[in-house]
Amino acid sequence: MGKNSNKEKIGAEKKRWTDELLRSNLKLLPERLPAFTTVSNLLIDDLIYTPADIPDFIYIRDLGFSGEYPFTRGIYPSMYRGRIWTMREFAGYGTADETNKRFKYLLKKGQTGLSVAFDLPTLMGYDSDHPRSTGEVGRCGVAIDSLADMERLFKDIPLDKITTSMTINAPASVIFAMYIALAEKRGIQLSQLGGTIQNDILKEYIAQKEWIYPPRPSVRLITDTISYCIKNIPKWHPISISGYHIREAGATAVQELAFTLSDGLTYVDACIKAGMRIDEFAGRLSFFFNSHNDFFEEIAKFRAARRIWAREIKERYRPKDFHSMQMRFHTQTAGCSLTAQQPYNNIVRTAIQALAAVLGGTQSLHTNSMDETLSLPTERAVTIALRTQQIIAHESGVTNTVDPLGGSYFIEYLTNKIEEEVYKYFKKIDEIGGMVEAIQQGFPQREIARSAQWYQHAIEKKEKIVVGLNEFVEEVEPIETLKIGPEIEERQIKAVKGIRKKRNKKRWEASLERLKGAAEGKDNLMPYIIDAVKAYATVGEICDTLKEVFGEYKEPALF
Amino acid sequence: MNIKSRRYSKKRIRVLLAKAGLDGHDRGIKIIAMALRDAGMEVIYLGLRQTPEEIVNAALEEDVDVIGISLLSGAHNQIFPKLLKLMKASGLKDRLLIGGGIIPKQDIERLKKKGVAEVFTPGTNTEEIIRFIKKAVNR
Repeated sequence: MGKNSNKEKIGAEKKRWTDELLRSNLKLLPERLPAFTTVSNLLIDDLIYTPADIPDFIYIRDLGFSGEYPFTRGIYPSMYRGRIWTMREFAGYGTADETNKRFKYLLKKGQTGLSVAFDLPTLMGYDSDHPRSTGEVGRCGVAIDSLADMERLFKDIPLDKITTSMTINAPASVIFAMYIALAEKRGIQLSQLGGTIQNDILKEYIAQKEWIYPPRPSVRLITDTISYCIKNIPKWHPISISGYHIREAGATAVQELAFTLSDGLTYVDACIKAGMRIDEFAGRLSFFFNSHNDFFEEIAKFRAARRIWAREIKERYRPKDFHSMQMRFHTQTAGCSLTAQQPYNNIVRTAIQALAAVLGGTQSLHTNSMDETLSLPTERAVTIALRTQQIIAHESGVTNTVDPLGGSYFIEYLTNKIEEEVYKYFKKIDEIGGMVEAIQQGFPQREIARSAQWYQHAIEKKEKIVVGLNEFVEEVEPIETLKIGPEIEERQIKAVKGIRKKRNKKRWEASLERLKGAAEGKDNLMPYIIDAVKAYATVGEICDTLKEVFGEYKEPALF
Repeated sequence: MNIKSRRYSKKRIRVLLAKAGLDGHDRGIKIIAMALRDAGMEVIYLGLRQTPEEIVNAALEEDVDVIGISLLSGAHNQIFPKLLKLMKASGLKDRLLIGGGIIPKQDIERLKKKGVAEVFTPGTNTEEIIRFIKKAVNR
């Protein structure tokens, strides 16, 4: 009663204020734009938000306390007062030797976790000497062909003390098997290993497009790794369900969330179908989001993501363990927001985006380097990116309290609004017959392409201003960029040919034969893949063996 | 590049677009495809991970005026020269070859000397690409 009359009073006061003050003020000083929208084209239809904009708000139900359902304010009770997020710069180029050096450089500068970027041949399951790998070896990440490369990649890095995130998808089980084999070789207990493999194939079909096999066997590989992990490597995150690439492909914040959460629920269903119980695995799932320029939209997106995930897991699967409902996520600032023009401006964009990720409660963070629209980052550029995180963590004061923007009328309104829009997509995807079907029909792909086209138009018509690109344009001195020479490819090809000559041929052949047999049956494939990598079978050989059984995915070329 | 003499000179400009190399970044090329189509051109999009051989074969079959290649993987110094060589061998020397993607300035100069008509880098306005093509094929 008191609450309602308060809302009514605010409504009446707002009307008075509009009539007496705002209207005449707008006549003198009209608004700059016909409409105010977020970077995702979400209409911000009012210029001031009040309790009347969140009419059904119930604190305990909608926000509650950090560490408790629905986790809107954060997944841990004390958040950054207990522990700062993990600072993880995505790194990898050249051969294992160059990347090992970069890892050590980053750790020396105060980075707190590792994140491996693989080159395109590795991501696609081709060895470095495959004809399709020509010109691509070590270019966009580190080239890994066999366990021998992995040994050099993590030389002098204590696998039991540092967590490692590996951005690998179609061949995720192979690279993961190499990490496991390496730990065993060094006498490290698997229970001590911590880290993440991305291992999210659905978003590959939607956005990043680095697939090998069709959806069904790909999802089996994923449930196999999850099942293997919960039994053997309980501290590992066997999947990182990713919205990042969906956003980079042009999606809006709402689409990023809707498609990623739908992918996540699809994996949960697949694990349950594979015989796992919700509380066995749901607490090990992790997510990966983008943080774009629109500050409040991003913060609201992260908060909405946690609340929707907790609710959906609770209502669909009735878990007993609260960990099953916690959405833990990594964030990377938006590569697609950076400009090749006036690259120094990217430092500022990245800082704003990183701040949004922290205010949104991220568990780990990668900040892009200013030169990443031109090449992989130089040491100098990546150091500035890492320092940006350290300044936010130690100087800005935002880590002093949990979810400091919680309760802002605008943030709560926007959190609700994003949630509402996400549920509209859930409904559409349900009507199509689920996410796998929607992907096969090209639904998320079309939605994303449409958003990308809208954004391009908005920039070209100057409806959206990008500093240095369509306004405040000037020529500036080019910056130093990282060069990767052709000798890297030659060196890597020589190395993989050497491994093929040196290994025990009988053991190698038998391991691949057993793997093929297992792929034809129903066994968990992880032990077979681990066996093959220990026999120094290469990424390409293992993927080819599985291709023989699983086939290859083909995408229709549509625009 | 003047290809006025070609028999299709009065018809719509035909453009073959493809992603070469191994990267899957197709946001840019799809935007270009839509923009060229909206500008009245006939656009054939081959899709991802096309080899130079596949691209040149399709260009012959479709008898296109323009070949547009997007790649962001860094393999441009291998792929463009190979394409030019195959185009020459297949009698497609008079067709316009353009590129787009993350390609360093010094590499662009080198590729242009070899025969790539133009390389468009991130931030290019689609109007600029449309104007360039129309002027180059003289229609």
